[in-house]
Amino acid sequence: MALIELKNITVAYDQKHNILENFNLSVEEGEFVSLLGPSGCGKTTTLRLIAGFNEAKDGQFLFKGQDYTKVPVHKRAFGFVFQSHALFPHLSVYDNVAFGLKLRKTDAKQIRTKVMDILEAVNLKGFENRYPSQLSGGQRQRVAIARSLVIQPDLLLFDEPLSSLDANLRVQMRMEIRRIQQELKVTTVYVSHDQEECFSISDKVAIMNKGVIEQLDTPPLIYKKPKTEFVARFVGFENILPMTGSGEGAAPLKAKDGTPFVVEGAAGMKGTVKCAIRPDDIRIAKDGEERGADNSTAGRIQVTTYLGRGYQYVVETAIGEFLVNSHGEAPFGHGETVRLDFPPDKLVPVD
Amino acid sequence: MKEKHTLLGWITFLVFLFLLGPLVIIIGASFGPDNYLTFPPNGFSLKWYENVFHVEMFWTSFKISMLVALLGIVLSFLLGIPAAYALSRYQFKGKGFFTSFFISPIIIPGIVFGYGLLKYLVITYHIPIFPGVLIGHVVIMIPYVIRVISSSLMNFDYSVEEAAMSLGASRLKTFFVVVLPNIRSGIIAGILLAFLESFNNVDVSVFMTGPGVSTLPISMLNYVEYYFDPTIAAISVLFMLMTAVLIAAIERTLGLRFFTK
Repeated sequence: MALIELKNITVAYDQKHNILENFNLSVEEGEFVSLLGPSGCGKTTTLRLIAGFNEAKDGQFLFKGQDYTKVPVHKRAFGFVFQSHALFPHLSVYDNVAFGLKLRKTDAKQIRTKVMDILEAVNLKGFENRYPSQLSGGQRQRVAIARSLVIQPDLLLFDEPLSSLDANLRVQMRMEIRRIQQELKVTTVYVSHDQEECFSISDKVAIMNKGVIEQLDTPPLIYKKPKTEFVARFVGFENILPMTGSGEGAAPLKAKDGTPFVVEGAAGMKGTVKCAIRPDDIRIAKDGEERGADNSTAGRIQVTTYLGRGYQYVVETAIGEFLVNSHGEAPFGHGETVRLDFPPDKLVPVD
Repeated sequence: MKEKHTLLGWITFLVFLFLLGPLVIIIGASFGPDNYLTFPPNGFSLKWYENVFHVEMFWTSFKISMLVALLGIVLSFLLGIPAAYALSRYQFKGKGFFTSFFISPIIIPGIVFGYGLLKYLVITYHIPIFPGVLIGHVVIMIPYVIRVISSSLMNFDYSVEEAAMSLGASRLKTFFVVVLPNIRSGIIAGILLAFLESFNNVDVSVFMTGPGVSTLPISMLNYVEYYFDPTIAAISVLFMLMTAVLIAAIERTLGLRFFTK
């Protein structure tokens, strides 16, 4: 049974507009799940709902099978790490970390050992007498993590914890977060709008759009086999090719000009089928070189841009415009006719 | 910024002269030996300062002023802190109305408010004198409390509050252990401002005081109706001294810049 389960949750920010509607999510014990999506997609709302800061208008939140929908924040024992760190400015690092333990009436000796242990785990030994204003951004965030870990939370929640840090520190901190999470095996829900960040540290990623999870899968699966057009575009499949399927066994799909396309995993599909492909996966070659009848089309270069590691072209063809990357040295010029090949295993049918 | 502004210098000088001139005259007159106010004084004497402590009316009304100010601070904070918190923390219907409502005692002329209060509390409801004075003072203290507390809450990051709750503190506990300590400077400033506002108040007190219950400024008014000796100058100097000490205390703890934020 899943550790957390959101069942048909609806959250509204005023009487009329729902941010989440009939929202469902389940997370297994020990898992690191990220909610990823553009701003306004409802990811932070979902996280705050789990924490208890937001109330559901409808639906149920189960934790270990118990109904937690109406349990107030302070009785949930979930650690929450904020984007703004939210350290107590009037307390030292030591007292910040000890805050939750003191509320739990832990005895002073035990508090001391626990606080010192956790400060060591986040590499902040020797900082216990400093105040938040005397710490750098990265140190503050580590105090915030230590503070929420020391109470041995049933669940750890992160709300864009790294977005206020600079780029180098972000990479370092996300590894730190992953390391700590794996060491302590805390179930974690992590919210970010940074794709690389989510993919690098999560067991599973939920891509959210307009209050709905479009896909919940392991990062490699999302990266290779997006299920919907939104997810495909979100993870860099910038070309969507609409085709039609006959519905018969292994027959290829047909583009709008009738060109046959063999697509892996599309056997038996009927009606309109959208296929996504990355700019890197379309092969570009001079027109007139030998080509097969399948998965290929001719086009004309519209725009050429230099990317550093190669060139990017906008190519107009009879079946639509495509964005294509090439790593070749000699670029094709404006107006040149070229041939595009679409490998069957790189085309991904999406909804 | 090493430029010299001669004109600005002169204007500043004139403003200071205008503001401080009367005070210089009062200070000078308070040390005069004659039985009436003269400036410049014809000698030097401390007898009027001594006399301040011999006029019983001053001593009793000083105690009442202190009591009104201190009780008033307690009551205005009990009302003002929750109000300031609600106004800065939440969005709700009629927020603009409530904000202006709480500030309105500053906008309404004191004499109008004082008269209104007299008519309402004393004439209509026969409220005894002391509670009447106290209510009047609480009302004029509240705007200062709310303004100062609100401005310290403006710099407060409410996710800190949520952090405390996620660590196991109830709403109420969070308010006391996290919110209050972080607006301490606002509370100190509010106490001092409210104290000065109450202690120096004339326009509301003049309507609300009555037989046996009088605040210090009202006793001073009464005194000058009958006597014209420098005692009144002496007590004014003592009064100024106390205010100056309080302002210095604010400057020391928070810096006066706190009020111009």
